Amino acid sequence: MADVKTIIAKRAARFLKDGDVVNLGIGMPEMVANFLPEDVNVILQSENGIMGMHAAAEEGKENTDISNAGGKYVTVIPGACYFDTAFSFGLIRGGHVDATILGALQVDSEGSLASHIIPGKMVPGMGGAMDLVSGAENVIVITTHTDKKGSPKILERCTLPLTAYKRVKWIISELAVIESTPEGLVLREINAESSVEEVVAKTGAQLIIPEQVGTF
Amino acid sequence: MKNKFITAQEAAALIHDGDFVMVGGFLGHGTPNSIVEAMCDSELKDLTIAVNDTGFPEGVDKFGFRGVSELVARHKIKTLYASHIGLNPETGKQMSEGTLEVKLIPQGTLAERIRAGGYGLGGILTPTGVGTDVAQGKQVINVDGKDYLLETALKGDVCIIKGSVVDKLGNVYFKGTTRNFCTVMAMACKTVIVEAEQVVEVGEIPAENIMTPFVLVDYIVDGGKTNG
Repeated sequence: MADVKTIIAKRAARFLKDGDVVNLGIGMPEMVANFLPEDVNVILQSENGIMGMHAAAEEGKENTDISNAGGKYVTVIPGACYFDTAFSFGLIRGGHVDATILGALQVDSEGSLASHIIPGKMVPGMGGAMDLVSGAENVIVITTHTDKKGSPKILERCTLPLTAYKRVKWIISELAVIESTPEGLVLREINAESSVEEVVAKTGAQLIIPEQVGTF
Repeated sequence: MKNKFITAQEAAALIHDGDFVMVGGFLGHGTPNSIVEAMCDSELKDLTIAVNDTGFPEGVDKFGFRGVSELVARHKIKTLYASHIGLNPETGKQMSEGTLEVKLIPQGTLAERIRAGGYGLGGILTPTGVGTDVAQGKQVINVDGKDYLLETALKGDVCIIKGSVVDKLGNVYFKGTTRNFCTVMAMACKTVIVEAEQVVEVGEIPAENIMTPFVLVDYIVDGGKTNG
């Protein structure tokens, strides 16, 4: 199997439609932009105040007035604009951002997400994640199917403090594409090199398995 | 018209022990470095600070951006309102040692609470945080079938922000992403101090491009370009 993050980012990229306004979280979600199909152009929003973000700035050519939500220096597309934080989150909560793609510590069968805190270990703060998951039309979680110890990250109920309550629509891992529905988690696709049995074994929540399960 | 120009040290002297100070910037971009530095060098203590994040410790960004990390390192802050502290380990350390009270607030909620403070509102209703720990102790109000949290307004004593271009009256233009929290904070505090990267004559910033109008700005520090 190729690099796990690449597999996930590539599959997630195919979830985006031409013209979508998208906010990508820091880290693996940022990679999604590298794998967009040629006929799909999305408009990237950065919550610190950009609509129309482009690639990272070249070393030596950074404009220090233009950074992204991770503090990295970036460039923008022609027609891009800047705004203040209140407006930026107005766009986010107001439903003007079509999709947000973000990582997870845990995600559960109710579509709830834990991504920002491990009590006693990691308390960085939620940044803009809570607003993004409460406001974006399509909340897409991308994550390795299991954690470093091999334990499932997709659970019946998150045990860590929640970042979002019942807001996740899609979960994409290196093994599967899972849709979160009011009835529960539905297995929509599996990695062609995996099997339904492997996905079920590595998932800590009940999966609804329809007759047709696609592959990617 | 009164002369608004003061030094960074005079700006720091306008802040008193225990004051609520709002500091513009996002990972240091938009943070008034000279004023922050003067605050660090002063005897100020027990501050309440509202800021998006506590920046990077010195030396992380090659252009010298580090936000308010030095205010944390010098133990100037008693209570902190922020959305993210993960890139400055010292903040987490002081929080777990109990010497710094940290109120972590979703970024959009922090901006809206400050905006409400400056716009004469008692608070705002937001869906952000419903069903999470953020909702603890807060009133949930249902409007047309959807739950919202009542988040109260924040108002400060002093606001310090950086302006890319500032005219001699105090009109401010922010370049790129340096605007972030600066505009809402300038509305929400009694005293507003802007550190100018570039000072220009009145009229040089087209009126349509003024992002913070001069009537909100009490003092200007001619800081020059301190990064990049």
